[in-house]
Amino acid sequence: MARELLEQARTGDALTVRLGGAWRIENIAAIEAALAELPQEGTRRVVIDARSLEALDLSGAWLLRERLASLQSAGGRIEFAGSPPSQFAFLEELTAQELPETALVERRSGWRNPLGWLGRISVQQWHQGIDAIGYLGRIAVTGVRSFRPRHLRVASITRHIYETGIQAIPIVSLIAFLISVIIAYLSAQQLRQFGAEIFTVDLVAIAVLREMGVLLTAIIVAGRSGSAFAAEIGVMRLNDEIDALHSMGVNPFEVLVLPRLIGLLVALPLLTIVADAMGLAGGALLSSLLLDISLTQFIPRLQDALAPTTFWAGLIKAPVFAALIAMVGTYRGMQVRDSSRELGRLTTVAVVESIFLVIFADAVFAIVFVELDF
Amino acid sequence: MATPSPVISVRNVVNRFGAQTVHDGVSLDVLPGEVLGIVGGSGTGKSVLLRTMLGLHRPVSGEVLVEGRNVCAASEEELLDVKRRYGVTFQHGALFSSLTVAQNIQFPIREYFDASPATLAALTEMRLRMVGLPADAASKLPSQLSGGMIKRAALARALALDPTLLFLDEPTAGLDPISAASFDELVSYLHRGLKLTIVMITHDLDTLLATCNRVAVIIDSKIVVDTLDGIMKNPHPWIQEYFHGPRARAAAASARPAGRK
Repeated sequence: MARELLEQARTGDALTVRLGGAWRIENIAAIEAALAELPQEGTRRVVIDARSLEALDLSGAWLLRERLASLQSAGGRIEFAGSPPSQFAFLEELTAQELPETALVERRSGWRNPLGWLGRISVQQWHQGIDAIGYLGRIAVTGVRSFRPRHLRVASITRHIYETGIQAIPIVSLIAFLISVIIAYLSAQQLRQFGAEIFTVDLVAIAVLREMGVLLTAIIVAGRSGSAFAAEIGVMRLNDEIDALHSMGVNPFEVLVLPRLIGLLVALPLLTIVADAMGLAGGALLSSLLLDISLTQFIPRLQDALAPTTFWAGLIKAPVFAALIAMVGTYRGMQVRDSSRELGRLTTVAVVESIFLVIFADAVFAIVFVELDF
Repeated sequence: MATPSPVISVRNVVNRFGAQTVHDGVSLDVLPGEVLGIVGGSGTGKSVLLRTMLGLHRPVSGEVLVEGRNVCAASEEELLDVKRRYGVTFQHGALFSSLTVAQNIQFPIREYFDASPATLAALTEMRLRMVGLPADAASKLPSQLSGGMIKRAALARALALDPTLLFLDEPTAGLDPISAASFDELVSYLHRGLKLTIVMITHDLDTLLATCNRVAVIIDSKIVVDTLDGIMKNPHPWIQEYFHGPRARAAAASARPAGRK
């Protein structure tokens, strides 16, 4: 292929280059190879014969021209047998044009400069932290200001309760049910060794009501709704809809963030109650099937096992988790800028962070409850 | 003078969406080396016609021949072959937002051919020069560009595979008059230099007057094609309104002295 495109014949210090074939972008690899065969230097005179050229497009012409320019700067004189191809005239005109002033491109230091990298990351994190606190503050201010009938978007809040709460009931119930069956099954096997199967009821009840019910619900909701919040608001940002709201003097926090926050604050505790109920139902079912503890035995046992505070120890966490999920989701959504890749990245970040924060908050609750003997 | 065989030949194309007939037997020839402007009111199916010519939309009946091949009945491979011969710019640029301008331009080249990084860089540099973008635009993301630069970058990407045929969908929409005028100049310059055949949809009378050889007007689901002077004499009320309304007179007044120097 390269042979066909370019043939060279040397006489003394003059080089005759005969071009042929199709110098088109389709043959770009072959063109590269052919041009690489030309000597780098040591030619005083280069004669280009393009008369048997079948086709030449701008890409081919540009590459040829660049190569010839480097031969020329190495001390060669370029001549054409016949007239140069018409594309050269266009390229000549092109390179003669004044280009707009180019600014210096700033180079980002990467891994190669670890100290700089560390510094930049630290500064970024610092700004990020301040930004997040500012966001929290803005939500609080907007929340206080808009607690008047007309400013509270009831329709929007209802929609979010429906989407984040009601629509999540099937998946939350199913998972709560299955997890409590698993807990009951495993604990029954262990407790049987001591003949203490009846304590399975205690174990399931406490695990579900204090921890599992609310934690699983929060994690499912973070995956379902945290991502939806980030994506919805992110797309609105990409479409300049947030700026449109600003321009109408409407506070986007009031219209977008607060309804989601309030909606989730209502929905998550309710979902938690559903999850608790389904968890206990799962425990009851497994106990009756596997341990021969009928429902009439299960319920009194349950009442003995539970302190009055157990249920509330779980439920009280739900609004906190809801606030974390809603705020992280909307915050990350608001950060989307410029590109669709950002949207994907920040949606992922929203889910990962809200799950992390939920579990972290749960750990803090656990310690506080132990200290308070709650 | 014998008419050269057309590059694109649209024959009796019918497009219907539900009960609404957009094109009712539209025929249109695009001759090699010309700049054809397509105009029409909103919703008359200019973009649909363009998409039909590109092979992105199959008409209800009729055929579209691009360089003698029927794109409406072509197989995937044949269509791909045709697609490699033309470049398109979309109304809003349609640059890939997660790639830099250079990566956007290199994308089609990388997709089809294997060129070394140095060659890709050289080809990108040439394309940027062709559309008059500064070299530092190469490393920018589309979101960091102004509207005019996005249009130019999109044009550079459309020219990446050295097409002989260029489709422009509203190339100057949303640009200020100065940027629009310099974009028109750019299109004319590339048309002269590269001997391209250009089909453009435009609402911009200045663009039409400055760049187009012939104009196709879509009215009442039909198409009327004529030279610019010919179409201005057409008695159809919509055409008269379009070319002789208050905006048209202003455009003509400003374009004529500049275009005829």
